[in-house]
Amino acid sequence: MEDALLVDRLHFGFTITFHYLFPQLTMGLAPLIVILKTLGLWKKDERYNRSARFWAKIFAINFLLGVITGIPMEFQFGTNWARFARYSGGVIATSLAMEGVFAFFLESSFLGLFLYGERRIGPKWHWFAGFMVFLGSWLSGYFIIVTDAWMQHPVGFEVASDGTAHLNSFQALLTNPWAFWQYIHNMSGALITGAFVMASVGAFYVLSRRQTEHGQVFLQLGVIAALIASVFQLFPSGDGQGKMVTDHQPVTLAAMEGQFNTEAGAPIVILGQPNVGERKLDNPLIVPKMLSFLTYRHWQAVVRGLNDFPQEQWPDNIPLLYFSYHIMVGLGTIFILITFAAALLLWQRKLFTARWMLWILMLSFPFPFIANTAGWMVAELGRQPWLVYGLMRTSQGISPMVSSGNAWFTLLGFMGMYTVLGILFLFLVWREIEHGLEFMGSDA
Amino acid sequence: METLWFVLIGLMLIAYVVLDGFDIGAGIVQPLVAKTERERALVLRSIGPVWDGNEVWLIATGGALYFAFPLLYASSFSGFYLPLIIVLWLLMLRGVGIELRSHVDHDMWRSFFDFVFSAASLLLALFFGAAIGNVVRGVPLNSDGYFFEALWSDFRTGPQPGILDWYTVLTGILGMVTLGIHGANWVALKTDGAVNQRAGRVARNGLWLLALLTVLSLGATIHVRPEVLDNFRARAWGWVIPTGVTVSLIGIRYFRTHGRDLAAFLCSSGYIASMLGGAAFALYPNVLPASTGPTYNLTIYNSQTGGYSLRVGLAWWLAGMALAIAYFVFLYRFFQGKAVLEEK
Repeated sequence: MEDALLVDRLHFGFTITFHYLFPQLTMGLAPLIVILKTLGLWKKDERYNRSARFWAKIFAINFLLGVITGIPMEFQFGTNWARFARYSGGVIATSLAMEGVFAFFLESSFLGLFLYGERRIGPKWHWFAGFMVFLGSWLSGYFIIVTDAWMQHPVGFEVASDGTAHLNSFQALLTNPWAFWQYIHNMSGALITGAFVMASVGAFYVLSRRQTEHGQVFLQLGVIAALIASVFQLFPSGDGQGKMVTDHQPVTLAAMEGQFNTEAGAPIVILGQPNVGERKLDNPLIVPKMLSFLTYRHWQAVVRGLNDFPQEQWPDNIPLLYFSYHIMVGLGTIFILITFAAALLLWQRKLFTARWMLWILMLSFPFPFIANTAGWMVAELGRQPWLVYGLMRTSQGISPMVSSGNAWFTLLGFMGMYTVLGILFLFLVWREIEHGLEFMGSDA
Repeated sequence: METLWFVLIGLMLIAYVVLDGFDIGAGIVQPLVAKTERERALVLRSIGPVWDGNEVWLIATGGALYFAFPLLYASSFSGFYLPLIIVLWLLMLRGVGIELRSHVDHDMWRSFFDFVFSAASLLLALFFGAAIGNVVRGVPLNSDGYFFEALWSDFRTGPQPGILDWYTVLTGILGMVTLGIHGANWVALKTDGAVNQRAGRVARNGLWLLALLTVLSLGATIHVRPEVLDNFRARAWGWVIPTGVTVSLIGIRYFRTHGRDLAAFLCSSGYIASMLGGAAFALYPNVLPASTGPTYNLTIYNSQTGGYSLRVGLAWWLAGMALAIAYFVFLYRFFQGKAVLEEK
């Protein structure tokens, strides 16, 4: 079954990584579209309304891809991870089902209205529909995070006589402290994606001297939102999430940071490659005592290293976990620098003519996607070797009767399908950006 | 409590098949009722604003099933591994077909995506019909409550059947014809002129086939699984269901002849609800019967989650459903009337 385990993990990893490219953008764009609609209503400026309409089109293509690639996610718990589904269904299926019943109906119903109904319902109701789409997408995110948080830090349950987990506190499930930090960290991550994409398209328009007035709106909103979200991502949300890991998954923290030995006044690693065989870090570039301070607010605090834990508790892919974490943090730092510089130029009214900065903004849109993907990998790889932390090992969760051959067949099918979908998506979004604006003159 | 959830999930499934059924059905009949590119666009327009909302019922039903009956969810989803994933692919292809068609103004692009939309819709209806056939016929459950079914073996029913055997192929075709007629009724309701005429004709002529298949599959079901009659013997009120099926069939015929589109559509909804309701009624309290012997049957009792979950769930579920129904009423009222194509 080792073989099937690997394929099932690849299967889930691949499908969720691809899926998550889309909802992070829709969750990030939704509040920005609401802001544009609000500005349009408030300032009676048609530029904002046209901008909102343009982004609603991009949102819709994304939403479609998010739904299409999201349907398999729910089903995969049953198809590839049946033992896990049976064990945990009494708890996490609650939040999964709530996502469908509360958030998803809300979002998809009002999206239809938002996209097709502007002329018939008038500006105030149209604003309301947009707000409901935003609410739906953020609620959806919350229920998914609650589900994941239970796997990271199980609460509110008891193990029944048949060995499966049963919920005993609904409130504890929904107010899991892990979920709180993970949620705000995740949502500001999504906002960073949305804001960078908006700024990037704005920069493209201003640089190519087409639709400059809309490009400027995109840039203003994108840069300001990206700056706020990037700072928030570091503190308090990233910091709070880090404390959760420190308190509840110390072995994960050690692996993320590449900390092999327990020490007081532990340094933070900026660069370096974990050498798991020799239990050390190659080519380390460090800031002394920083890790102790960041995790415990004390320069001499003791941080436990991997050697302190039995090896069977170590995450099974330490290098990948370590690099995912460092890529996430590194990119996060770069985002703060870029958006701070851009916001400064905006404040000095030089941004629209500072071509070098516009080039940077235009080309930076892929990086939030990379950072958010890396972030998910930190969370999921960090939980290994557990499927439900401390309770169920990943190897115990797979479907008992699905052979690796069948899993390979469907994995390859998904890969083929997603490749085609990805190409179509890029093509369509590019078309919208290329000539979507020509239609924007009319008040469709 | 578990009986209540059985009923609630059954109702959600019926809501899904009635709602997504008409947009799948519209895909099945699109090549028959639409001759020109404009007419094909009109058929798509009739489902454009609502289809993905309809599909959410599938996700919500899957979630509720996972929530209330985790063992059933784990067992059936891993057991029906291949067909389920193929269904997911078809749902994806179909969604892409619907949404991307109008993005590029080119005949080949549109014809291609029309084909994808219709073909995927047709196969989906076939698979859904076959899925219900599998559940009614029973699957090779083992003592742990798991099974794995190949796509096909020798096309015979028996203790180790495949997903497709002669019986489930029959129910698959029944599903296809049912949704085709349901979709034709919807298209007739949402259009006028030539498309309305053709859709009405497709529904009326297809009805004979539907009636024939209904009788055939009923006979086949009793042959394959005689136990289905037990509940009808024990609870006489169950005969409401076959009466509902018959009345709905006659209703479709009557209202189609008189050109009353809405009434005909409601009758085909009633037909779907009665057929699914009948299957659920016959199965109860089983949720997945075993072809390997009745001791392995999954029932609502041995596959449910804890009572606390089910009780708490009821509160949020009712609130959520009230909201969902309110959105749907709002949405459908908003898009009521005939579909029209906007001029670019």
